[in-house]
Amino acid sequence: MFRLLIWERPMLEVRDIHVAYGRVKALFGVSLVARPSEILCLLGRNGAGKTTIMKSIMGILPVTSGAVTLDGEELSALPAHEVPRRGIGYVPQGRRLFPDLTVDENIEIGLLARNQGAETRDWVLEIFPRLRERLGQHAGTLSGGEQQMLATARALCLRPKVLLLDEPTEGLQPSMIEQIREVVIKMRAEGVAIVLVEQRVDAVLSIADQVAFVENGRNLETTDAASLRRDPEKLTRYLGV
Amino acid sequence: MEFGPHLLLASLEGFVTAAILALTAMGLSIVFGVMRVVNVAHGEFYMLGAVIAWWVASLLGGHPAIGFVLALVVAPLVVGALAAVADRLILQRINYDPDRTIVATIGLLYIIQQTTLMTFGPEARPVEAPFNTRLALPWFEFGDKGLTMFWPWGLSTTSYKLFVIGAAVAILLGLWLFMRHSRFGLLMRATQQDRETALAFGIPVDRVYAWVFGLGAGLAAVGAVLVVPIQQAHYLMGQDPLLLSFIVVIIGGLGSLPGTIIAAVLIGMSDGIISVFFTPTLAKIIATLLVAMVLVFRPQGLLGRRAQ
Repeated sequence: MFRLLIWERPMLEVRDIHVAYGRVKALFGVSLVARPSEILCLLGRNGAGKTTIMKSIMGILPVTSGAVTLDGEELSALPAHEVPRRGIGYVPQGRRLFPDLTVDENIEIGLLARNQGAETRDWVLEIFPRLRERLGQHAGTLSGGEQQMLATARALCLRPKVLLLDEPTEGLQPSMIEQIREVVIKMRAEGVAIVLVEQRVDAVLSIADQVAFVENGRNLETTDAASLRRDPEKLTRYLGV
Repeated sequence: MEFGPHLLLASLEGFVTAAILALTAMGLSIVFGVMRVVNVAHGEFYMLGAVIAWWVASLLGGHPAIGFVLALVVAPLVVGALAAVADRLILQRINYDPDRTIVATIGLLYIIQQTTLMTFGPEARPVEAPFNTRLALPWFEFGDKGLTMFWPWGLSTTSYKLFVIGAAVAILLGLWLFMRHSRFGLLMRATQQDRETALAFGIPVDRVYAWVFGLGAGLAAVGAVLVVPIQQAHYLMGQDPLLLSFIVVIIGGLGSLPGTIIAAVLIGMSDGIISVFFTPTLAKIIATLLVAMVLVFRPQGLLGRRAQ
């Protein structure tokens, strides 16, 4: 009952947003809600608009109509650089580290975004002890798994209320995937609202609380993952798997 | 004069040219590296630096050193502020679109140049050097009596020229430390590497751009203040530095700071030496030929990286 009450309070709300790349429209009315201690997964084929949704939440792509709000504040009305400062950590697709900056400097960028100090830095390095050994190394020279750790660490440096992860396990070996997964689950336990874009359906089903299907720039339906696990028929319908 | 001393003299002149060029080209390189803006008005920021130095020095009077030191502080600040305003008013409005920024900065070039012509006038005006002691240089030669030292006639430089070299090295070193170790330097490097991700981590890219454009123009202005006691301020003096800066930045590799310094020394030295032994025109011809060769055989420049 108590949990239900927390669930009712929406954290991040995406309300009927339309987004275009120049003249090419990419999103036609997407609505989502991400709540604290919950993992919302976006499922859909390549090109369905999942990454576009993430970028629109971050304010990197301007929303032409509709709104993105965080606890009632309209993020889509803010300049892009103010969005992360409200407490949104972003792990972009393809990691997008600053390759010529050191691991330490990449982390520093994350800390600066919300004026976090040594305490947060230690917390993040405790989660990813491997990064501590690589602090002086240029981010571009890390292995794929280490790069993903750093991209995740950099987002956690904001002490985010909402964490956006865009295909965080793409191209990683199984042990790395497991590690990233554990961190995501840990963040959920700490009350973070998580939006996850993931291609592998089995991975989605095993950790998601809510699943939103995205197709052709629209979201079709949001269902809770438990019912999807019981009745995977929808997966076949929306994804053809 | 014999060949050896003559070469030494030419190299010293070359070093002075290289020092000024390194500062000016560094400004252009930083602006291109971080903002991807090809700033055609860069030479005019240089010229403005020299003109403002003349204003400051002539308004102040007194010992030339007072005016010079003040100009060294005021000129880069004024020019930098002006450039930052131009960035906000013009470049930001056209969204840093590559074609339109080139046209816009050409426009800026003429606005600055003609405004200077209307106010400052067409004369070349000197600024007195703060100190200008003549320093005779010795030369060594193996003769009948072993190694002998003598003072060839005409082999000399001035304390001010040595100061220019020293000042340029100090400023570039300071810039390097600033880029590596200051918070703003970190934000600048992050923005340079990935603008979109920088935004996603709360870096106010617009403001970083305005500061970078100001910094680039300020570096050109510092170079001009240093050169003005040697060369005089004139409203067309921005043309040569613009051409040479582009040559340096292309040879060094667009956006590569060490490459810019190496290329500045290379071009500055060859410009100085060829100008002394042959003609300045030949020096420019060779430098431009070098650019063509670099573009054919190593398009990314000496230390530049291939676009991914």
